[in-house]
Amino acid sequence: MIRFPRGLAAIGAAALLLSSPKAEAHGFAGDRFFPATLQTDDPFVADEMSLPTLTKNPDDTTGGQSYSVEMDIAKRLTPNFGLTAAYQWNYFQPKGAPAHYGFGGLRTGAQYQLFIDGPNELMGLLGLNVSWGHTGAVNHGGADDHTTLTPTFDFGKGFGTLPDSLSWFKPLAITGNLSVDLPTKVNSAGTLNQNVFNAGFAIEYSLEYLQHHVQDIGLGAPFDRLIPLVEITSATPLNRGFNAGTGLTNKNGHATTGVIAPGVIWAGQYFQIGAEAIIPYGEGQGHGVGALLQLHFFLDDLFPNSIGRPLLSW
Amino acid sequence: MIHRVFPCLVLAGALLCAGAASARAHAFLDRASPAVGSTVHTPPSEVRIQYTEELEPAYSTAHVEDAAGATVSTNGAHVDQTEQSVLIVPLGALKPGRYKVIWKVLSVDTHVTNGTFTFTVAP
Repeated sequence: MIRFPRGLAAIGAAALLLSSPKAEAHGFAGDRFFPATLQTDDPFVADEMSLPTLTKNPDDTTGGQSYSVEMDIAKRLTPNFGLTAAYQWNYFQPKGAPAHYGFGGLRTGAQYQLFIDGPNELMGLLGLNVSWGHTGAVNHGGADDHTTLTPTFDFGKGFGTLPDSLSWFKPLAITGNLSVDLPTKVNSAGTLNQNVFNAGFAIEYSLEYLQHHVQDIGLGAPFDRLIPLVEITSATPLNRGFNAGTGLTNKNGHATTGVIAPGVIWAGQYFQIGAEAIIPYGEGQGHGVGALLQLHFFLDDLFPNSIGRPLLSW
Repeated sequence: MIHRVFPCLVLAGALLCAGAASARAHAFLDRASPAVGSTVHTPPSEVRIQYTEELEPAYSTAHVEDAAGATVSTNGAHVDQTEQSVLIVPLGALKPGRYKVIWKVLSVDTHVTNGTFTFTVAP
């Protein structure tokens, strides 16, 4: 365990509380509203909750099917520092074998809003996500028997700063995550736990931005709140490859894998609804198309005077 | 297990939706006159912005700039007394050209939102 001098810790805590950029609620940077994306982490701290997230994963290489139900919550402690927690229930139906199910592991996160640049529609966040070992059904629910630390940098950038000659591109925005999984245990029941580099991006086209900031094209509800998007994730193992001499591979013996997830989000005043198809890519990723449906609540709008506020501003 | 988990999630979601019915939220721009990105042939005497929520008059304001960045609105931006979700920005005499509306409002639930849009006065 790393120990910091008590005085240094106090100074750090004070700086965290006092030196923050101006906080705005759930994903605003100037004119830009960034929705909560479904596959990738958001680049902002928030008081929000997804309840539920329903996923039908693509079939695995043998034709086996799996489903999950997840809940996650994000809570700000200060306007720029927040915590997250997520828990998932998984159901597996292997081909030609009995089904099994159970809870996956508990996942938590600590996040600090590095900056929000309103005029440039830019934001950045540093985080540390932790997948806790032995907090779910290891044998039946897909939970890990070890803890994994994942430092992450998340960012968002809107393109509203483009010149007026490119006004139809102004509603575009991109968010992204760069992170590394660092398992705290090298080997689990004969399987090597690799360090993995993760990159995820969401490319969004906000009809809300188009209608209310660029060009009134006559869109009314509910279409003026739609945000079509495509999310792309990738995971690349960095070490402990199975096939020595053939390059780094994941634990199944394959290199970079991920998903491409086209979909749409409708973001209202108090909640958003998102739906995406899940298309896997990369060798050994199975086949078919999965799907994800999420109902996501903005707690800061639902409960602006209580649990929707940062804890230290109550 | 799924038979127990799923109803609980649906119930929790329903309770949150019920809470939403009495809550108030960020003020989003709903529509404006002149319309966002529009071209008008008669110079407007004011800009009217309709929001999705009622505004706090003391902390809601807007101004209009010409293409050179000079302010062309007068100092009287105010919330409509008869319709508290409308912000009115009086304008001086506008020449043909492109204008930018810059607004910042506080909705009654104390959430701040801001934004910009442009309109053009045709020759």
